[in-house]
Amino acid sequence: MFDAFTDRTWLWAAAALYLVGFVQGTVSLLRHGGPGGAATYGLIAAGYVLQLIGLGARGRVVGGCPLGNTLELCQFTAWSAITLYLMVGVNFRQSLLGYFSSCLAAALTLVSLSIPGWDAEIRRHIFGDNPWIELHAALAVFSYGIFALLALTSVLFLLRNRSLKQKHFGGWNTFLPSILDLDHMGVRLLALGVAILAASLAVGSVYWLRDMSTVNLTKLLATVAVWFCYTAVLGLRLRGWLLAQRFAWASLTLFLAALLSLGPVDGSRHDVSPTAAETDRR
Amino acid sequence: MSADGFFVLGATHHRAALEVREKLSLSSETLAAMQAELSGLPGLKEYAVLNTCNRVEFYGVASTPDAVARITAAFCAKQRFDPAEFERIRLALHGRAAVQHLLEVSAGLDSQMLGETEIFGQVKDAYANAQARGSTGPILNRVFQKGFQAAKHVRTHTAITEGQVSVANVAVDLALTIYGSLKETRILLLGAGEIGEKTAKAFVSRGAATVTVASRRFERAMELATALGASAMPFEQREARLAEFDIVVCATSAPDVVITQSEVHAAMQRRPAQPLFFIDQALPRDVDPAVGGIENVFLYNLDDLAKIAEENRAAREAEIAKCRAIVNEKADALWRQVAAQVEALAQQRPVSEEGPAGDAVAAPRG
Repeated sequence: MFDAFTDRTWLWAAAALYLVGFVQGTVSLLRHGGPGGAATYGLIAAGYVLQLIGLGARGRVVGGCPLGNTLELCQFTAWSAITLYLMVGVNFRQSLLGYFSSCLAAALTLVSLSIPGWDAEIRRHIFGDNPWIELHAALAVFSYGIFALLALTSVLFLLRNRSLKQKHFGGWNTFLPSILDLDHMGVRLLALGVAILAASLAVGSVYWLRDMSTVNLTKLLATVAVWFCYTAVLGLRLRGWLLAQRFAWASLTLFLAALLSLGPVDGSRHDVSPTAAETDRR
Repeated sequence: MSADGFFVLGATHHRAALEVREKLSLSSETLAAMQAELSGLPGLKEYAVLNTCNRVEFYGVASTPDAVARITAAFCAKQRFDPAEFERIRLALHGRAAVQHLLEVSAGLDSQMLGETEIFGQVKDAYANAQARGSTGPILNRVFQKGFQAAKHVRTHTAITEGQVSVANVAVDLALTIYGSLKETRILLLGAGEIGEKTAKAFVSRGAATVTVASRRFERAMELATALGASAMPFEQREARLAEFDIVVCATSAPDVVITQSEVHAAMQRRPAQPLFFIDQALPRDVDPAVGGIENVFLYNLDDLAKIAEENRAAREAEIAKCRAIVNEKADALWRQVAAQVEALAQQRPVSEEGPAGDAVAAPRG
C-alpha cells in the first residue's frame, strides 16, 4: 500500500505534521500560556519518521544521499536539525525549543515543497560511485542542521536575556530555558557543527586533491567561508571576546548567511558535475 | 445525630492571631497527651489532628452530638485557654462543609500564602500519624484519601501553585532562570540583617552550593554564617572577591551604594562568560542602578521583586474561582459517598465507651 506513495507524498505528510506541531504549540501558548510539551515532541517525532521515509524513498530514486537540488538540501537540513532536537530535546521538552524546532522544520519543508522550481530537476548519481564524496556532502548538510538548531537556541537566548533585562516574566517567558543552559547549549552545538563541517571538508579534500578539475570553486569557497566564520565565532567565544547577546546575534546572522549561500552554491553545481550524474527535468 | 457526625473543629490563621495560635499550638508532648485523651472520649469513633503553625484542627467522626463540645473542653483545658475566647475564634464545621474544608486545606486554598504546597505534606503526615495510631476508620480513610486526590487534581488542573509569592522565593526563582540549577552557584550576602538572612535561607534550602556572609560587623557576619552553615568574610574584601560569586544578595543599611559600576565591570572581566546576579534588597539601594546595563549582569531591586511577587499572587487569586469549582464538585461527590456511612454510624449505639486507641504520635509542625 505504501509503495503507492511517492517520496514527495511522504515529505508533504512530514511537513504537515511539523506544521500541526507548530499550530498545536501556538494554540497551547495562546490558551495555556505554555508550549505543548509532550504533544509537540510527539508530533515532531512522527514528522521526523515520515520525513525519513520520504528522504529514503528519494535516496533510492537518485541513487544516493538526496542532496541534488534545493528541495533536497532544505529537507536534509530540516531533518538534521530535528535529529539533534530529538536527541537533546528530551531535556527541553517543556521548553520552547520544541515549538521553535517545529516552526523551523515546518517552514523549511513546506517552503521547499511549495516552490516547484526547487525540485524541477532530479539529479541522479551526483556523487558518481564515490561514497567519500557522498559522505562529505551529507556531513556538510548535517552541520547546517546543527547550525539551524544553534540559530534557534540563539533566538531563545535573546528572548530570555530580554525578559531578564526588561523584567518581563509570565506568559511564554516561563517556558524559556535558563540563560546559562542556553549559552552552554549554544557553545556545544557550535563546537559540534564546526567539527562536523571540518570533517566534511577533510573528507572532500581527499577527493579534490586527487582531481582539482572537478572542484566547484564557488561551492568550495562558500563552504570554507562558512566553516571559517563559525570557527572564528567559536574561537572568539572560547577566548571570552564574543559573549552573551553578541554571540547569539553572530550565530543567528551566520546561519542566515549560510542558508542564503545554499542557493548560489546549488546553482553553481550545474557548471561542474560529476561525470556519472544524470538529470531528470520535471 | 445525623450526617453532621463528621466534623472539623479548630482554630486557624483566619480568626486566630499569631499570639493566639502560639497559645493553641500543640507541642509533641501535649499533642500526645491530647490524642490519648481523645482516644478515651466517649462517642468519638475516628479522629485525626492537623497541627501546623497556622492551624490546629481536629477532624473526627462521632456518634454522639456532644463530641465537639467535649473535644473543645479537653483542648482548652490542656492548653489552659479560655473556652469562651476559643468559642469566639474557633472553626467548627459539620458534614459536607467539613469535607469541603479539608479539600481546601489540602489544596492550599485556605493557606495564609495562597496555593502553597507545604500544607499538602502536613495533611498527609497528620493522616499517616492518625493511621499509625489506629484512630482512623472507614470514613476518615476515605475522606482523607479522596481529599488528597482532589488536592492533586486542583494543583495539576489550575495555576494555583505557579509562581512564588514571597520576595525571597521570587529571588531564588529568578536565579533559576539565569543558572538553571543552584547546585554550583556561590552566594555572597552583604549585610547580616533579617531580610538578607531570609533570602540567604531560601537559597540554602533550594540547594545553593556555598553562601558567604559579609557585614560591617564581622562578629555578626560570623554569627549568621554559623547559623546558615555558611562562611564569613570581611566586608572590605567584597570588591576584590566579587568575581568569585554568582549571586550577590545586598541588604546592608549603608547610606550610599556599596557596589559600583566600575567594580562590577572589573569583576566581569574576570568572569566574562558567567552571568552575575544582583539582588538589591537594601533601602537606600546598595547597588549602583547602572550595573543593570552591563552585559551578562542582572540587577533586581526590592521593587522589582515585590512587583513579581504581587503579580504571582494576583495570578493565583485569579485561579481561586476555578479551584473552588473543582473543590465543590469533588466535595459533593465525596460527601455523597460517605454521608450514608456517617449517618449509619451515628445511629449505632456506641460499642465501646473507650473510642479509638493507639500510641501517641506527634503531628508535624509547620
